[in-house]
Amino acid sequence: MNNLFHSTLGKKYIMALTGAGLFGFVVMHMLGNLQVFLGQEAINRYAHFLQSSKELLWSARIGLLVMVGLHVWSAVKLSAENKAARPVGYLNNPTPAAASYASRTMLMSGLIIAAFIVYHLLHFTVKVEAVNLVGLDFGKLHEQDLTGRLRADVYRMIILGFKVPVVSVFYMIAVGLLCLHLSHGISAMFQSLGLRNKAWWPVLQQSAKGAALVLFLGYIAVPVAVLLGLLKE
Amino acid sequence: MEKGMNLTLIVWRQKDAKSKGSFATYAARAVNPDMSFLEMLDVVNDDLIQRGEEPIAFDSDCREGICGSCSCVINGVPHGGQKATTACQLHMRMFKDGDTITIEPWRASAFPIVKDLVVDRSAFDRIIQAGGFVSVRTGGAPDGNAILVPKEDCDLAMDAAQCIGCGACVAACKNASAMLFVSAKVSHLGLLPQGQPERDRRVLNMVAQMDAEGFGSCTVTGSCEAVCPKEITLDNISRMNGDYAVAMVKGK
Amino acid sequence: MKLDSKIPSGPLGQKWDKHKFDLKLVSPANKRKFEVIVVGSGLAGSSAAATLAELGYSVKSFCYQDSPRRAHSIAAQGGINGAKNYQNDGDSVQRLFYDTIKGGDFRAREANVHRLAQTSVSIIDQCVAQGVPFAREYGGLLDNRSFGGAQVSRTFYARGQTGQQLLLGAYSALSRQIGLGTVKMYPRTEMLDLVVVDGHAKGIVVRDLVTGEVSSHAADAVVLATGGYGPVFYLSTNAIGCNVTATFRAFKKGAAFANPCYTQIHPTCIPVSGDHQSKLTLMSESLRNDGRVWVPKRKEDCSKSPSSIPDADRDYILERKYPSFGNLAPRDIASRAAKEACDEGRGVGPSGYGVYLDFAEAINRLGASKIRERYNNLFDMYERITGENAYQQPMRIYPAVHYTMGGLWVDYNLMSNLPGLFVLGEANFSDHGANRLGASALMQGLADGYFILPYTIGHYFASSKQARPKVDHAEFRKVEEEVSARTQRILAIKGKKAPRSFHRELGKLMWENCGMARSKQSLEANLKLIPELREEFWKNVNVTGEGSDLNQTLERAGRVADFLEFGELLSLDALTREESCGGHFRVEHQEEGECKRDDANFAHVAAWEFQGEGKAPLRHTEPLVYEEVHMSTRSYK
Repeated sequence: MNNLFHSTLGKKYIMALTGAGLFGFVVMHMLGNLQVFLGQEAINRYAHFLQSSKELLWSARIGLLVMVGLHVWSAVKLSAENKAARPVGYLNNPTPAAASYASRTMLMSGLIIAAFIVYHLLHFTVKVEAVNLVGLDFGKLHEQDLTGRLRADVYRMIILGFKVPVVSVFYMIAVGLLCLHLSHGISAMFQSLGLRNKAWWPVLQQSAKGAALVLFLGYIAVPVAVLLGLLKE
Repeated sequence: MEKGMNLTLIVWRQKDAKSKGSFATYAARAVNPDMSFLEMLDVVNDDLIQRGEEPIAFDSDCREGICGSCSCVINGVPHGGQKATTACQLHMRMFKDGDTITIEPWRASAFPIVKDLVVDRSAFDRIIQAGGFVSVRTGGAPDGNAILVPKEDCDLAMDAAQCIGCGACVAACKNASAMLFVSAKVSHLGLLPQGQPERDRRVLNMVAQMDAEGFGSCTVTGSCEAVCPKEITLDNISRMNGDYAVAMVKGK
Repeated sequence: MKLDSKIPSGPLGQKWDKHKFDLKLVSPANKRKFEVIVVGSGLAGSSAAATLAELGYSVKSFCYQDSPRRAHSIAAQGGINGAKNYQNDGDSVQRLFYDTIKGGDFRAREANVHRLAQTSVSIIDQCVAQGVPFAREYGGLLDNRSFGGAQVSRTFYARGQTGQQLLLGAYSALSRQIGLGTVKMYPRTEMLDLVVVDGHAKGIVVRDLVTGEVSSHAADAVVLATGGYGPVFYLSTNAIGCNVTATFRAFKKGAAFANPCYTQIHPTCIPVSGDHQSKLTLMSESLRNDGRVWVPKRKEDCSKSPSSIPDADRDYILERKYPSFGNLAPRDIASRAAKEACDEGRGVGPSGYGVYLDFAEAINRLGASKIRERYNNLFDMYERITGENAYQQPMRIYPAVHYTMGGLWVDYNLMSNLPGLFVLGEANFSDHGANRLGASALMQGLADGYFILPYTIGHYFASSKQARPKVDHAEFRKVEEEVSARTQRILAIKGKKAPRSFHRELGKLMWENCGMARSKQSLEANLKLIPELREEFWKNVNVTGEGSDLNQTLERAGRVADFLEFGELLSLDALTREESCGGHFRVEHQEEGECKRDDANFAHVAAWEFQGEGKAPLRHTEPLVYEEVHMSTRSYK
């Protein structure tokens, strides 16, 4: 098992498996987000449900953090090795044959996404007032549920947060990059795990692109709706 | 009266492994479109010899696309970019009069430059020595028909076995990865019943050697497959990834 | 010199088994004390090096390519014969033996050929066990095809890349031994001379092609598996690097060179397109199954587009001359027919040296899709090289030198007349007589390397008590100095012409005067012109750079220098052999355009002994005694 962390193939498995896990999270997260369209009650109830068990919440958070950590670690490590394997390039930096833009920019897109995640966590999870550019402490947004208990008002937080155009645009760019990353990553994941064959590969590649597109639309739907005024406080 | 194309060549010149190389520009005059790319270089070299200059060193042997000796990156693409074609089979009719052509060696730290366009690909041999074989001694083999091999498996094995070990996959890959080469051999033997007894140790040892040689990893860009003169596919890499995982999980 | 073939006594079918029992053995503990040098890494060299190392000998293997996997065996397309009779069509060891003897026009040694046929069976098993992906039927059994006009299907194949797959099998066995440390591999290293100590071959002197360093290697035996000498014709289907240097140097050190005039011409190659041409590309002979060979009946039509020439104005040369075999007539016969038509001025294509191979009729009969299914890769290759689409216009083909049957003389043990010097594969002369059958070259290379040499070399070790000299032995020093001096001499000329240009001129002489048809006059011309060209070479060749690094011009020049001497030997052998047989066609000896053998005077092997620089070599003969087969006339009419 030593090979898992030391061989190139082992590191690719780590990359693929953590990528698969994170992809699952991204799908769930989008489905959660879209509940904003069901109204204040629905999304706030869902958010409260997620936060209700500290044990589960922190297990999930630690799990995600470990996955992100391993994903980034293997990416950086492999990229450094890859750089060392090709110290001198070709004249005028020709584009490698057949390599898609997404496949050539995985590290870049990945690192920008990582930076965005930090901001995103400060923005909506840690709720640091300084980064939301609204001038309001999102931590103090509360409302009462049907039984009268106080809970976080995620609905208003989303709308207030995305009303700031700069924030929305940054979010949409980041999500765009995430989906570019996934358009290659999802199919590559199957390849790295050895789950590919002639018959399925074209389907896989198209599905990966399709999934990336669906995710993109799903994610930007919220800020777009806010900016267009379709979602209001 | 000179007929044919006039071309400008920008060629990587490097005296030996230790020297620093640089690009030099040569004119190729009256190039016959029926020449192969390497024959064009032959003619340029004869001209250089005539003038008492050192000809351009490049590897070539069979000149029919099977030995895997030839190894130049032509206009940024290993073997020049014609589908399923090695540089020795690339013909000058692919170019136009007045074209400027860049010619470079394979670039990879695992393939050190020997001279000009000649690189040292012995890393490939060492990978094969690490496990690219079936350990059968001469003599004592069972009858050829004693073990049945489904035609489909045999055809797939042959698809992989066609690899000529030229190294274009490494040269094309932005990571200088040798995965296509290694996986072709792992697949060839892994698909046949004769290769089963050593399947796990073969893939572990060959990948270990591949890593030790300093090749990069696969980021599934598909460049290797696109330039492979024998059209070896990425399926082989997937197969090797699967084999390696199984061997690793078994703890071999 | 005494040429003792050492053919074992007893009935033909039992000779090899009896001989194997009679051979002395080396005890397992002693084997590692014996060092063997193997030069060349093709089928014969790789298989021999691997097998000797498996047995326990210490082996050093040398090749000029950057990897042993690139030796020119890799280019063989068609297949390998094996007398397995898997098809139940009446094949047997006896039949393969007979076909090979007859194909060789009764100029091969009976006992060797029979052993080859016997061994063919084990080769297939061995290769399958190594993982060679021979073609299979749906049921999982091995597939066979009929090849080169054989009446049985005994050819095993791996698509059109059989040589490649067999070589990769042998290379993998060799690689395994290199990994185990039992073989030390020296790639990019060229043998430049043989070292003979007290009458025994005991080492070689090599040049490291990367550093230019000249060094010696001593051993208890030297095995040459360095291939044929096709590039003496300059243009051939051989690789650019194929050369005669190793065998010719051995010849100059006392090994006899047998039958150099036996050269094989392959009819279906892509014609020469210009002076720049560096090699000729072979297209599988299978094309003749569906293609019809023709030229225009009238010279005036030759420049016309082929489609504008009506059937009545076409001369289907093979169908006309050989009605029963038609377009499938054997290689030498089909080649000569093409040459004759071109010599009459009826050749086609820009050079006038080409005949049409037309698929129009087959496409009409079977449909383009069927033809595509059968030959697509060949049609693609043809288009890549010529830029012409053979579905729309006929291919143009012309014969080219393909294989050389002659080589260093060896006895039944594959040992030359120099004790301790073994010669395998195309480099020896032993099995193909005056003409080689399709799919037999691969068989011979592997038979020699896997199954014959490993037995016979042990007998030499066990019976010769010759100690292995050290590399500082005076003889090694002397040969090293000779080699370095020769290199310096070539480098010092700094004349006007590139080595390639001399090679091209030599090739022209060889092809015109000693090619498909030879005459007393043309051969005598060669014996005069080749020495002149050689003289000019040593005055006017220009080798740039130095000897202390990778210098491909220098490598080329050294090889061309040897070809310039060897071409003369070949022409002399052709002149002396006053008969026609197989690949050797003397225009004076023909019967209605066919080879006319002279069994009374020439049923022998001619082996040439070097007599010193500037002296004519001495011709020795080994009579060919046929115990089993009756010599008959080959007829394909």
